[in-house]
Amino acid sequence: MSTKEEDEDTREEVPGVGAPGEDGSRERDTTGVATGTPGATGAAGTPGATGAGTSRAIARTRRRAALARFLRAYGGNRAGLYGAAILLVAVLAALVTPLVTDPAGMDVTRATGAKMAPPGAGFPLGTDESGRSVLLMLLWGARVSLLIGFMSALLSMVIGTVFGIAAGHFRGWASAVLMRVTDWFLVLPALVLALVLAAVLGGGTSTIILAIGVTSWASTARLIRAQTLAVEARPYIERSRALGAGHWHVMTRHVLPNVAPLVLANTTLTVASAIVTESTLAFLGADSGQVSWGGMLRASYDWGAATSGAWWYVLPPGLCIILVVLAFTLCGRALETVLNPRLRGAS
Amino acid sequence: MSTPPGELTKASEPTKASPEDGRNGARRSVARYALVKLGGALFGIGLVIVATFFLFRLIPGDPTIAYTRDVPVTPEQLALLRRQMGLDRPLGEQFLDFVLRTLRLDLGTSYEYRRPVAALIGERVGPTLLLVGTGLAVAVGLGMWQGTRAAWRHGGRFDRFSTGTALTLWSVPTFWLGLLLLMVLAAGMGPIPGLFPTRGMEDVDAPGGPLYLLHVAHHLVLPCLTLVAVVYAQYLLVMRSSLLDEIGQDYVTTARAKGLRDDDVRRRHAVPNALLPTVTLVFMQIGFVVGGAVSVEFVYSWPGLGLLFVEAIRGPDYAVMQGTFMLVCVAVIVMNTLADVVYHVLDPRVRSA
Amino acid sequence: MSLLELRDVAVTYRGAAGDVPAVRGVSLALAEGEALGVAGESGSGKSTLAMSLLRLLPRDTLVSGEILLDGEDVLTMSWGRLRAVRWASASLVFQGAQHALNPVRRIGDQIAEPLRVHGMATGAAARRRTAELLEQVGLPAWRARGYPHELSGGQRQRVMIAMALACSPRLIVADEPTTALDVMIQAQVLSLIRSLVAGHGIGLIMISHDLSVLASTCDRLAVMYAGRVVESGPSHEVFRDARHPYGRALAEAFPTVGDPASRMAPRGLGGDPPDPAHLPAGCSFHPRCPVSLVSCASEPVELWPVNRAEGRTQVGRTEAGRAEVGRTQVGRAEAAHTAACVHVRADREAR
Repeated sequence: MSTKEEDEDTREEVPGVGAPGEDGSRERDTTGVATGTPGATGAAGTPGATGAGTSRAIARTRRRAALARFLRAYGGNRAGLYGAAILLVAVLAALVTPLVTDPAGMDVTRATGAKMAPPGAGFPLGTDESGRSVLLMLLWGARVSLLIGFMSALLSMVIGTVFGIAAGHFRGWASAVLMRVTDWFLVLPALVLALVLAAVLGGGTSTIILAIGVTSWASTARLIRAQTLAVEARPYIERSRALGAGHWHVMTRHVLPNVAPLVLANTTLTVASAIVTESTLAFLGADSGQVSWGGMLRASYDWGAATSGAWWYVLPPGLCIILVVLAFTLCGRALETVLNPRLRGAS
Repeated sequence: MSTPPGELTKASEPTKASPEDGRNGARRSVARYALVKLGGALFGIGLVIVATFFLFRLIPGDPTIAYTRDVPVTPEQLALLRRQMGLDRPLGEQFLDFVLRTLRLDLGTSYEYRRPVAALIGERVGPTLLLVGTGLAVAVGLGMWQGTRAAWRHGGRFDRFSTGTALTLWSVPTFWLGLLLLMVLAAGMGPIPGLFPTRGMEDVDAPGGPLYLLHVAHHLVLPCLTLVAVVYAQYLLVMRSSLLDEIGQDYVTTARAKGLRDDDVRRRHAVPNALLPTVTLVFMQIGFVVGGAVSVEFVYSWPGLGLLFVEAIRGPDYAVMQGTFMLVCVAVIVMNTLADVVYHVLDPRVRSA
Repeated sequence: MSLLELRDVAVTYRGAAGDVPAVRGVSLALAEGEALGVAGESGSGKSTLAMSLLRLLPRDTLVSGEILLDGEDVLTMSWGRLRAVRWASASLVFQGAQHALNPVRRIGDQIAEPLRVHGMATGAAARRRTAELLEQVGLPAWRARGYPHELSGGQRQRVMIAMALACSPRLIVADEPTTALDVMIQAQVLSLIRSLVAGHGIGLIMISHDLSVLASTCDRLAVMYAGRVVESGPSHEVFRDARHPYGRALAEAFPTVGDPASRMAPRGLGGDPPDPAHLPAGCSFHPRCPVSLVSCASEPVELWPVNRAEGRTQVGRTEAGRAEVGRTQVGRAEAAHTAACVHVRADREAR
């Protein structure tokens, strides 16, 4: 509860003439979008040299306190902690793999094991069709899957947030057109669209990221738009407008900070679905050219692992996907609960 | 649902108005609504055509590059190809040509099969409709039944078990579930014998007559099971939550106070009202099901549109991709619009609003 | 034998956060054809009480005491018998008829439904009866084919009343029947209820936060606070001359027409109704009581009747009143301290 009240407090001050320092610090706060836009500071008044220092300090302590409160609340959510723990392990594994393993093991031509061998000495999870260690491939595949998951979720969130805020902020035809486009993306089968995009643009990690990001932002935009409408209905937005704030100022200084928690929680959930989408794309043949969990499953399918009973080639990649997806979902739910006081009692 | 104040005052002096007036008005408003939705659908379809055109022609730089990706070609050959594909003409002309051909259902010729794409698609629609239709019917039935039971005994053991199971299955990637079922139930594993065929809709030695249906049904089991397992969760959840909403409503208490049996309260009052939004959502979420069907068809080599599409990616067979993509998008948009309008006709609350 | 008798009825909701006592020992009686008003703020337990009459509360709710409808205890009835009693013996008019009617079923079907369920009429007979009922509440019969959303709030409430009359019950419980309506419609609906009840000899329990509405409709009034009846008596007296400080505040919230002084006098009550999950210790009214003493926070205080003939209650200290309460208890109640009682008396003498 207190987080919300606190947030509204600080935000109330922003459009006020008396809190220029607060404004200044907020610029850095809001992912730097506001910096370098001269027109944006119109309503903030002239920063006073003395006032700025103290209020910046106040803002800093406040932020620190808010962070501490957030961590305490998150720590109280057991499911969220489990999720975070799994994620920590997965990310560490992905980061450490190049340091502790030899990339030569991934080279088809230099593979040492027997082909499609069940788990045994030297190969805890067996080997693939060219004699590579499935465990080694899992570790390297984690890098690709996680990277693509993170990056495409990020892209999706940026597009979704921009569309959502713009659709909620502007009125009339602009909003109508934005919503139509959003609905269009929402209705179309995202997987099919992503497949077409990936196929047309050609393989590569960035292509896959683009394909997933561009096709998965619509529901986020809807969510952000609803939140934007709610924020803009608050009285201080009108006050800020009366003080001469332009569209840019209102959107970046008032709306964005208010929707940011929602965006954060939603990004976490989007990563989960992005990882599933990535694996599906790779399985269906639109891969990035590198070994990922989805790509491993495709290879296992092409080499008949499922029909020949090579479970060690089919089970581990899928279980990894599910585990990571589950972890992201748990974290996202926990973030939602912690950041959105209205949900706290409900869930 | 809430009536604007203006509507209220209008309705409070109605004793003079004949009932027929209101009904005609309602019919007119449905027609207007349908027209607006139709316009939206046409806009969406138009956008699909435009997007397809630009996607396949402009983004990769030049389709000829894609067509000749792995083949060494001379500049002369490239120029010839460009002329053949009409790429030397102005963009506007190309676009117009594309639109006109699409409207005539001329979707080009497959690079792979050397046959018209429209004909290829025509062959593949049947199996896909069979798979998606059966899967959807089973998933909706299962989801609604479990959702109703879960909501009615909200928080009980059945609720927790069914919701948990559905959510778990929902988070499993479709294709991986397909692989697992393939491995365990089709290929057989350990003591489990292979019960179902691993691929296709029919074998070469398929029997004729009524046995053929059984033969296809046998092939259909695993693909259908996979599709159902992944998609039924959303119907369960929607049915559960909208029924929970209805159960909290006063009219359910009224029905109970009238002396209706518990089952009748549920059957006559709560469920029909909860059904409306759920059924609509079934149609709205059809895009998700289509995505699932693509994976399922590929895993089980089910000879439908999804398989055609995925094989076209491997080609790459751009004409086939383009055709299937447009068809799937248009079908989804049509289903959505239909759901919207049907909902409007069925629900008396929105009907006259 | 009275039509309805409640004996020490208590209702406790079971929640995840613990038990919530919503009604804490209410005893009331209603004679045939009599109209009883139950007043109180939201959260005072009055709607819970109404729902408990036909056992309409959530399954896991604890209800104790006795609810005798025609001498038969509703709380111990079998489900089958309970279903037979519901609507046929006692029906309900809910607050906010907008939600109490099924939005996607025709009005006529909903009115005829209890007839069908209780085997009183089917087919053409049910349609005839529906038309008759609609006309009784002042709506044209063709409305039966319409849907609830096509009606105004007042019309919906009329439909609700028609529905409540369908099986000719002997008791109607009306829970805030006029709350969502504007003043003119409210008056119409009230007079409709009054005339129908009087005309058919139906017992009526009307629940409202609006004491003036109740006083104009009902013979007797009971004022509820925090799950207890704090004061009861003939409606005229309770409205004009409440003894309990809460009853006074409730009555004073509505100015007396023609008395300029009553308009100018400060009225209303500070604070919020107590949370039933965390009731104050001692007299549950003490945090808001204008005449409370320190001891009110620890000792329960009750009203006892001073005039047996009238059946009125008076404020007093528990110990002092116990002997008398033991003899003729009309309504168990809690209230202010002896000193409060003195205040109240002094006040009355001054007037």
